[in-house]
Amino acid sequence: MNRQQELDAMRRMLRIRRFEEAAMDIVRKGQGIAGSVHLCIGQEATVVGSCLALRADDFMVGYHRSHGHPIAKGARLAPLMAELMGRSTGICRGKGGSMHLADFRVGSLGETAIVGAGIPQAAGAAYAARIRGTDQVALSFFGDGGANIGSFHEGLNLAAAWRLGVVFVCENNLYAMSTALSDTMAADSIAARAAAYRMPGVSVDGQDVAAVYEAAATAVDRARDGGGPTLIEARTYRYRDHAEYGGMDLGHRAIEELEQWRTRDPLDLLRARLLTGGVGAEVLDEMAAEVAEEVREAVRFARRSPLPEPAALFEDLWATPVEVSR
Amino acid sequence: MSYREAIRRAMLEEMRRDPNVVVFCEDARFWTMPTHGFVDEFGPDRVPIMPISEEGFTGAAIGAAMTGVRPIVDYTIANLMYVAWDQIVNHAAKNRYLFGGQASVPIVFRAAMKYANATAAQHSDRPYPQLMNVPGLKIVVPATPADALGLLKSAIRDDDPVVYFEPLLLWGSKGEVPDGEHLVPIGRAAVARAGRDVTVVAIGDAVPAALKAAAALADRGIEAEVLDPRTLVPLDRTAILESVARTGRLVVADPAHRTCGAAAEIAAVVAEEGFASLRAPIVRVVAPDVHPPFSPALERLMYPTPARIAAAAEALVTGAPSPKELVGP
Repeated sequence: MNRQQELDAMRRMLRIRRFEEAAMDIVRKGQGIAGSVHLCIGQEATVVGSCLALRADDFMVGYHRSHGHPIAKGARLAPLMAELMGRSTGICRGKGGSMHLADFRVGSLGETAIVGAGIPQAAGAAYAARIRGTDQVALSFFGDGGANIGSFHEGLNLAAAWRLGVVFVCENNLYAMSTALSDTMAADSIAARAAAYRMPGVSVDGQDVAAVYEAAATAVDRARDGGGPTLIEARTYRYRDHAEYGGMDLGHRAIEELEQWRTRDPLDLLRARLLTGGVGAEVLDEMAAEVAEEVREAVRFARRSPLPEPAALFEDLWATPVEVSR
Repeated sequence: MSYREAIRRAMLEEMRRDPNVVVFCEDARFWTMPTHGFVDEFGPDRVPIMPISEEGFTGAAIGAAMTGVRPIVDYTIANLMYVAWDQIVNHAAKNRYLFGGQASVPIVFRAAMKYANATAAQHSDRPYPQLMNVPGLKIVVPATPADALGLLKSAIRDDDPVVYFEPLLLWGSKGEVPDGEHLVPIGRAAVARAGRDVTVVAIGDAVPAALKAAAALADRGIEAEVLDPRTLVPLDRTAILESVARTGRLVVADPAHRTCGAAAEIAAVVAEEGFASLRAPIVRVVAPDVHPPFSPALERLMYPTPARIAAAAEALVTGAPSPKELVGP
């Protein structure tokens, strides 16, 4: 990672952290986000490091904990926040909400609330690149829970058998909802599963954005050059509970465990690295202030955006409505 | 041309016309498949060798469709779609809507229905009513080679996911197919036979059965109109209501199960919007709510036959009590 990439990573990680904090605050105060939100606070280095290894025209498929993923891929914040608030200006026009953020303009092909279901879809986007004769790569994000569903195995097998240009990134945050990985997997490595599909399996420190970036960049290069897929397991941790409805409840995890992970906060680690590398604190503080204002503006944009008109209920179901009356 | 050959011709023509059309089919190279020989013409990228992995390759088809490719996914046996149910129902059908119109999912899901063939319950379903309940999917069930060709070509060109159900009983049936480019619009019913006394709306292989029934009824002085919806979603309600307005009577013949079936939906449309036209109650000639058994002696009792359809129609026209036990050849 060069200095410019590090600064870019810092900005995107800050955007995710501040965006999600704002969303959490709105949910907790009951001020305009309905339902629940699944926050990736704590996992920003994995999300950003992976996406920075992609080109703007590459594809990315997220999962249910994926506000950060389109942000890392370059999406504008305002339409994302408007979507969380169910506004007509939302990136999905208020039809998808928190678990289905997509921004096709930046190659973010959407997110799925069905654990693991996006994995074969990413393989399909890589297959499409081959058919269309481009060298675009597809990146698939999922959690440790997603690694146990059939779609994971079918998607990896298909990608390996067809030598597709896809990168599978498992954000292993140790818990599937409230269930500990150690209770649902006999093995202690998800990366090791790659061997069964004859593809490289890489385990990486998910708190270190440079480490994630290097692993992802290697996998992306390999994918683009026709070398086929790679499985990356990034060890990371979410600070918040599975989903944010109201207050925080760490019922399934020890507070000590959380505090231990907080000592290796991905934003703090990158900030220290930049400071050590000679970037002035004032540069980083100015960046943080810009991002904070960007998030405030996204919230303001969402709040002043109109709710969808009733007719929108029936829109976007079909591409080509068929005239039945004669 | 046979129905099977019409399916093959539709895929060949569309793959030659559009290099983004691809086929996902297990055993696509096998000599029994309509895709036999495709890999020689189109190459292994466009006709890839498939693992037995319905959920995986359906998901891959969705990802490919959202990024510019037009896959034809062939489940070979309709029941195998169930393995991919999540991808079809939660993703193919919903992605355009969920993403506010950003996604297009132009896929054709081909599903051969092998019932009435002694393959027992796990190979013999007619799953279209289940999918009629899922917004976002177009559903077609062609009954003639010309419709098989024209509807498949329209389905491949459609930007929405289309589920294309093929009654295997019809694969060998022959019929005239127009020369040149032949497209049948999705969403239009066809009058298979005109008549004035009773409307028989028939689906899939119930169409030839209804035509046989109509011929037998004509010998007894009853003129049945046989209407083939061809498309179940969107349903040509206008054609059905207009026919019932002329005849005043409705029989719906459908090889799928009774409860919440296609026939139930058609009957409900007519009851709601065409009640004033009706001179008699609506009658459904459908499969009972039991699984298709293996034994041909039992399975042949299930589906609409010419005799069952004719008996139901005749009872409506003559005012005789509708036969309660319509099961049987």
